[in-house]
Amino acid sequence: MTNPVLEIQNLITEFPTRNGVFRAVDDVSLTVEAGRTLCVVGESGSGKSVTARSVLQIVDHPGRITQGRILLHRHNTARRQGDEDDIVDLAALPARGPEIRAIRGRDVAMIFQEPMSALSPVHTIGNQIVEAIRLHEAISKKDAMDRAVELLRLVEIPTPEKAIKRYTFEYSGGMRQRAMIAMAIACNPSVLIADEPTTALDVTIQAEIIDLLRRLQQETGMGMMFITHDMGVVAEIADEVAVMYRGQVVERGAPLPIFEAPKEEYTQRLLAAVKRLDEPSPRRLAMRAASPPGATALKVDRLAKHFYLSAGLLGLRKETFVAVNDASLELREGENLGIVGESGSGKTTLGRCIQGVHGTTRGAIRFTGRDGRTTDLAKLKENELRPAWREIRMVFQDPFSSLNPRMTVGQIIGEPLLLLRTHSKHSLRQRVCELLDVVGLPQSAYDRYPHAFSGGQRQRIGIARAIAPEPRVIIADEATSALDVSLRIQILDLLLDLQERMGLSFLLISHDIAVIRYFCDRIAVMHRGKIVETGETEAVCSNPTHPYTRSLLSAVPVPDPRQRGKHVRTRYRADAESAA
Amino acid sequence: MTAPDTNTALPEAATEIPDVEHSSQWKLMWWAFRRHRVAVIGGVIVLTLYFVAAFAEFLAPFAPQSTSSQNVYHPPQMPRLFYDTTYDGSGFGLHVRAFSRERDPFTLQTTYVPDPDRVIFISFFAKGTPYRLWGLIPMERRLFTASNPGDRFYLFGADRLGRDMYSRVIFGTRVSMTIGLVGVALALILGVTLGGISGYLGGVTDAVIQRFVELVLALPTIPIWLGLSAALPQDWSPLTRYFAITAILSLVGWTELARVVRGRFLALRNEDFVIAARLDGATRRRVILRHMAPSMASHIIASVTLAIPLMIIAETSLSFLGLGLQPPMVSWGVLLREAQNVQSISQAPWLFIPGAAVVLGVLSLNFLGDGIRDAADPYSEVQTS
Repeated sequence: MTNPVLEIQNLITEFPTRNGVFRAVDDVSLTVEAGRTLCVVGESGSGKSVTARSVLQIVDHPGRITQGRILLHRHNTARRQGDEDDIVDLAALPARGPEIRAIRGRDVAMIFQEPMSALSPVHTIGNQIVEAIRLHEAISKKDAMDRAVELLRLVEIPTPEKAIKRYTFEYSGGMRQRAMIAMAIACNPSVLIADEPTTALDVTIQAEIIDLLRRLQQETGMGMMFITHDMGVVAEIADEVAVMYRGQVVERGAPLPIFEAPKEEYTQRLLAAVKRLDEPSPRRLAMRAASPPGATALKVDRLAKHFYLSAGLLGLRKETFVAVNDASLELREGENLGIVGESGSGKTTLGRCIQGVHGTTRGAIRFTGRDGRTTDLAKLKENELRPAWREIRMVFQDPFSSLNPRMTVGQIIGEPLLLLRTHSKHSLRQRVCELLDVVGLPQSAYDRYPHAFSGGQRQRIGIARAIAPEPRVIIADEATSALDVSLRIQILDLLLDLQERMGLSFLLISHDIAVIRYFCDRIAVMHRGKIVETGETEAVCSNPTHPYTRSLLSAVPVPDPRQRGKHVRTRYRADAESAA
Repeated sequence: MTAPDTNTALPEAATEIPDVEHSSQWKLMWWAFRRHRVAVIGGVIVLTLYFVAAFAEFLAPFAPQSTSSQNVYHPPQMPRLFYDTTYDGSGFGLHVRAFSRERDPFTLQTTYVPDPDRVIFISFFAKGTPYRLWGLIPMERRLFTASNPGDRFYLFGADRLGRDMYSRVIFGTRVSMTIGLVGVALALILGVTLGGISGYLGGVTDAVIQRFVELVLALPTIPIWLGLSAALPQDWSPLTRYFAITAILSLVGWTELARVVRGRFLALRNEDFVIAARLDGATRRRVILRHMAPSMASHIIASVTLAIPLMIIAETSLSFLGLGLQPPMVSWGVLLREAQNVQSISQAPWLFIPGAAVVLGVLSLNFLGDGIRDAADPYSEVQTS
């Protein structure tokens, strides 16, 4: 019954660093079977990607495999069914030799997280697929081209005869990933290694790609090693799960027992965080019961933002891009409003317009300050916005680029206070230390530079900077999406904690329904610059009225293997609707 | 490759090297730079050259302009330690062997042959011809010179007027190495101002400045330099000429810097941390000076270091062609002019030594600049290691 195609035995991959050797993969043993999917789960830095790259010996310099075997059972492959033992140890092959090159792409293919950087921008998609085929098989260019068209049809790219002549940049993110998959399966590989293939994609596209991979697997019988950090995806696709933590596989087994009765403490913690994120925060519900949201703090009225792009010779012809189209929102005191949407839906632009980073094209942003006066921020110039910026603060998505690497943490958090000139030098330091305390960082962080901190800690620094001038509204733009699940929930809990302490209102922008459901009282769904639906979070999630919301919710993978294949996906095509 | 986050505990990377987390950009750059061996060596040589340039009067054994008709095209002499001669006896001491001049009775050509009877002693911190350090402080002692005030010796040989090439190369270092500095300083002012305006204002201003930069880049440099230097009045003093030449050189050099500054500016303007600084209530000035400038400084320093050698080469070429600096000013280029004709090369190949100095100076500045450029953004590495 077991039919292994790829066996990893006691693999150790090390990176020599200035301070000794860092073991990224520490004694990992895994088996991929033909026609089945092994999901490797773990948070960032757990060594799951390095494991996958070790198989093809494409570990980044200076990493190297120091121990272990990677056995490819060629007699079990899709191409040759045979009884004779034809086993190759990939770890023993020279990394630059012709043997491993013959195996890469032919017997073992790989798809990556970012299809844009994995595909060449200067060759057509067709030529790239033809190249991949002709590297391993001696067939004519024309036959290979026909095969490429077939492959594109297989991965459901519309009008493959035309699509084959296009370049990478003419494809959307989802299409690129499909093309990447087409290239990977071009030589009918025995093993497909998928390294976070859906992480950079929107949920609706993610669902389609996962369906596609599953269908291809059924047709070709290839073994799949699927690397992800998303337990929902695991529940959707895995036949076997391996949980990795700090370079080691801590737990292995079938998905049902792992989801329902995890043995290891780390798996338990991970799943607990996932499960908690799947429902509204009890803490928030209790807070709202004690003190319901108050008067309106921020009212956005038919806000529009157009970007003008110059086109044509000399940039004289102007093209308009409508990023936000007549968006109206209301945020009350002590309330959390979530804006959900896919990439390109205009949610980030909306957030930045409300903040006043961008000017607006049309509409009003009525903000009621602490003094009770209401002003329209849309009409103010940058220097008039400063008082409002004290009360509306922002937490950024990327904890690495949002902190100036050349300033100490104390300087970063103290900057807004320093500019307000409300504190003396000594009391400023005291206040910053208080803030560090509030966000759960040690006071010793004051004199350190941001590079001394990890992603979660940096996000806490960003939050401390946001709350420093005691604001009333915080706009958090994807504040948790760069973080792992367990950290995500810690940061959301911290924000709730601050809300209780300081009476804040949050505008949380996210593509992740789970985060919004946990954190937000009300939700606004954005699609192509428009707000298509607003309402109480639970009401919208359980009973969506707009078809786009329905398709979005149906695409979200549920972290429960029992639900697999039970719920029906709906696809939403805005063009179809507008045409109707 | 960061360690998994465990909320309260600090990451492992931070605890391994205790002072990294407290280190500012310059410290991190210094560490990154130090790992670049060739760049460090280049840096040491560059520092030495500037030290030589600063104390040229003290380090040169003779005045650069002092001629000696007895020693025309005198060959180089090796400093030695042990001597055994008829006149000066035998013993131990730093000296060079004396040469005596002989004339070929048929060709009338002058040749120098070692004189076994005499040596010329060299002493450190001895009194030589009086001079003024930096034109200000009157001094007599030199690092080393002939012990007997009347004697002369030639470590790098002598030129057609019997001037000591060693002393002249040392004085040439001063002019050649500083002309790069002064020229780059001018280019820096022009480049940073125009590049900054271009990057910050954007729009039409940006377009105009960028087209202008392209225009300047499209001009053929050597004819422009030739034309401008030829237009300089011949009666200007050497110093005025020196500054005029630097101005001409920097006229072309600033374009590269303007582009670097503009590029960095545009990239930084939309960085999250710069937007965050705006939202913190910082004024435009503060955003630029406090938040953006430090990120640009390292890159600018790198480009400046790489621009200096170009200036040195340009000055050398101009002076070699006789259009740059004029004697009595001494620069490497001016010295190389002596090596322009075949006769002097065949008779006195040591006239090429200033060329070696140019190669040394330019190479070490390039290595130094490469090292600084690689170390300029230390954060990319900190994140991944």
